[in-house]
Amino acid sequence: MTMETTQIKPASNLDLDATGVRVPSSVKDKLPSDAHNANVLLETKDVHIWFGQRLIIEKVNLAFPENSVTALIGPSGCGKSTFLRILNRMHEFIPGAALAGKVFYNGQDIYDSKVDPVDIRVNIGMVFQRPNPFPSMSIKENVLSGLHLAQLPIENEEEIVQTRLERASLWNEVKDRLDASASSLSGGQQQRLCIARALAINPKILLMDEPCSALDPGSTRRIEGTIRELSSDMTVVIVTHNMAQAQRVSDYTAFFLAEEGAPAQVVENGLTEEIFSRPKDPRTNDYVNGLFG
Amino acid sequence: MSLDTNTPQPIYFGREKSRTNTDKTFSSIVVVASFSSLFILTAIMLYLATTSWSVLKTQGLGFITGSVWNNAPDVQIFQIWPMIYGSLLNGVLGLVIAVPVSVLLAIFIVFIAPKPISKVLTLIIDILAAIPSGLIGLWGFLVFTSTASQWAELLNKYLGWIPIFGNESEQFARSPFIAAWVLAIMITPIITVVSREILAQTPKELMDAAIGLGGSLWGGIKMVALPYARGGIVGGVMLGLGRAMGETIAIYFVLNLVFDKVNLYKILEPEGGSVASMIVAKFGEAQVEEVKALLGAGLVLFILTLIVNMIANAIVSRYRNEEIA
Repeated sequence: MTMETTQIKPASNLDLDATGVRVPSSVKDKLPSDAHNANVLLETKDVHIWFGQRLIIEKVNLAFPENSVTALIGPSGCGKSTFLRILNRMHEFIPGAALAGKVFYNGQDIYDSKVDPVDIRVNIGMVFQRPNPFPSMSIKENVLSGLHLAQLPIENEEEIVQTRLERASLWNEVKDRLDASASSLSGGQQQRLCIARALAINPKILLMDEPCSALDPGSTRRIEGTIRELSSDMTVVIVTHNMAQAQRVSDYTAFFLAEEGAPAQVVENGLTEEIFSRPKDPRTNDYVNGLFG
Repeated sequence: MSLDTNTPQPIYFGREKSRTNTDKTFSSIVVVASFSSLFILTAIMLYLATTSWSVLKTQGLGFITGSVWNNAPDVQIFQIWPMIYGSLLNGVLGLVIAVPVSVLLAIFIVFIAPKPISKVLTLIIDILAAIPSGLIGLWGFLVFTSTASQWAELLNKYLGWIPIFGNESEQFARSPFIAAWVLAIMITPIITVVSREILAQTPKELMDAAIGLGGSLWGGIKMVALPYARGGIVGGVMLGLGRAMGETIAIYFVLNLVFDKVNLYKILEPEGGSVASMIVAKFGEAQVEEVKALLGAGLVLFILTLIVNMIANAIVSRYRNEEIA
């Protein structure tokens, strides 16, 4: 980390107008009265994404209010996961990846040259599609691994392990075998371990890339419960193909669609309830009702 | 649970499940091919053992533990301990130089270098692996020795108080130090290629996890890629050690073989040993008994490399088992 590195400030109650961050009108118009006061913690402005010469996502403007769950829905291959990876600078590891537009976290452009990408990833955690605990580590080591990787101080190991596993609803199942290998857990347990691992470094935002797509219905239900609980003090952005899941867990929904041969765009976004019950765009209506996908 | 008397007898499928004639022919070819390697290995070993048996019997255990080589007709004592020890010393020193270079090079190729540079480097390393060892030996003798001697002098000048860098002869050419450099050049490609292959297979989702948790690229490599590749890298290192111990001509060019004394650790002294090079050095003028002794030395080298490979296999499979557990 260099001296010029700008440390990302912890989330604070910023005034919407004063900071210039904005909620897209479609969301703003429909926010319930309490959400009108919510801060926008993360926002994208005119985000375009390329792989090599191919433009895959065009002009995405989205705002993610603090302590809410936003679901990104849309057909396979339309770039939702890529967009998610833009939000914490994971996309830049892909050869040929390119970006235009801005992503603001707490009012700070995360792609600014002074920003340390490691700080961004500490503040904006990620849970992946397939459970990916470190197989050679124990359950406990997995929970603490992020702290080691990000070189953060560890004050009370036991407490960190217990609280994070509790928040990920895994504590009761593993409290007697914290030293067992992470690979000994079932797929659903492994995914909850990955959530606990991501929580250990105290991110303000959690990005989840189809976290239940490789899991059975029981595990899915538990993880959805965890997501709802997390949203009481955390901002969650979740990519999902499961319409019912989007309705169950999210406060807001953004619908991505790539028309034939064209890059993907956000067709509609707003309160989940509105998107699913009274979509404005006929394409959204067709998609959420399963007429294509 | 007792079986019902009406339960039919199971018929097990055995090896002949749904195999076509083509499958059977293919299997036979595969079996012949795999057994041929075992056959060649056994044949060489048997030849070496039977030919050298009479000498090994006369020399006894002293053949591998003693330090005398005298082919005078009335003496005929053949002992190769300095050569065995020298082979191991050269190999280990070669690894000390080659392993860090190879592993870092592999990390660079897999994780850091842009694709075109990776490709060029991979090609260069493949070419380096293809250079005949005789050529490297000749280059070592004609070109490299003078440079490496200067490095050795500097080491002796500034670090000579450390026993391994001591030098009483004031001669710095033809030492184990120089032999180790030449070996390192020869084994770096092997270790790099093996390490590169295994590092490239690091599961992307684990690297993603490490980086997504706020790890730097180095953090991810240290916590995920290196532990994942550990077994494979150790295997590559052992392959390199096997090659280093068996290397003949290159060492013959750059190392002064001393048959009657073991140079335990003074790596800058012009005294060393190598079983393979000894065979080349002595073979031309050897008489009947001495030829048998040299074949015996060959047998010892053969067994030594087999042991190294077995250790490598054991290490690799232990890591694999750990991963599975």
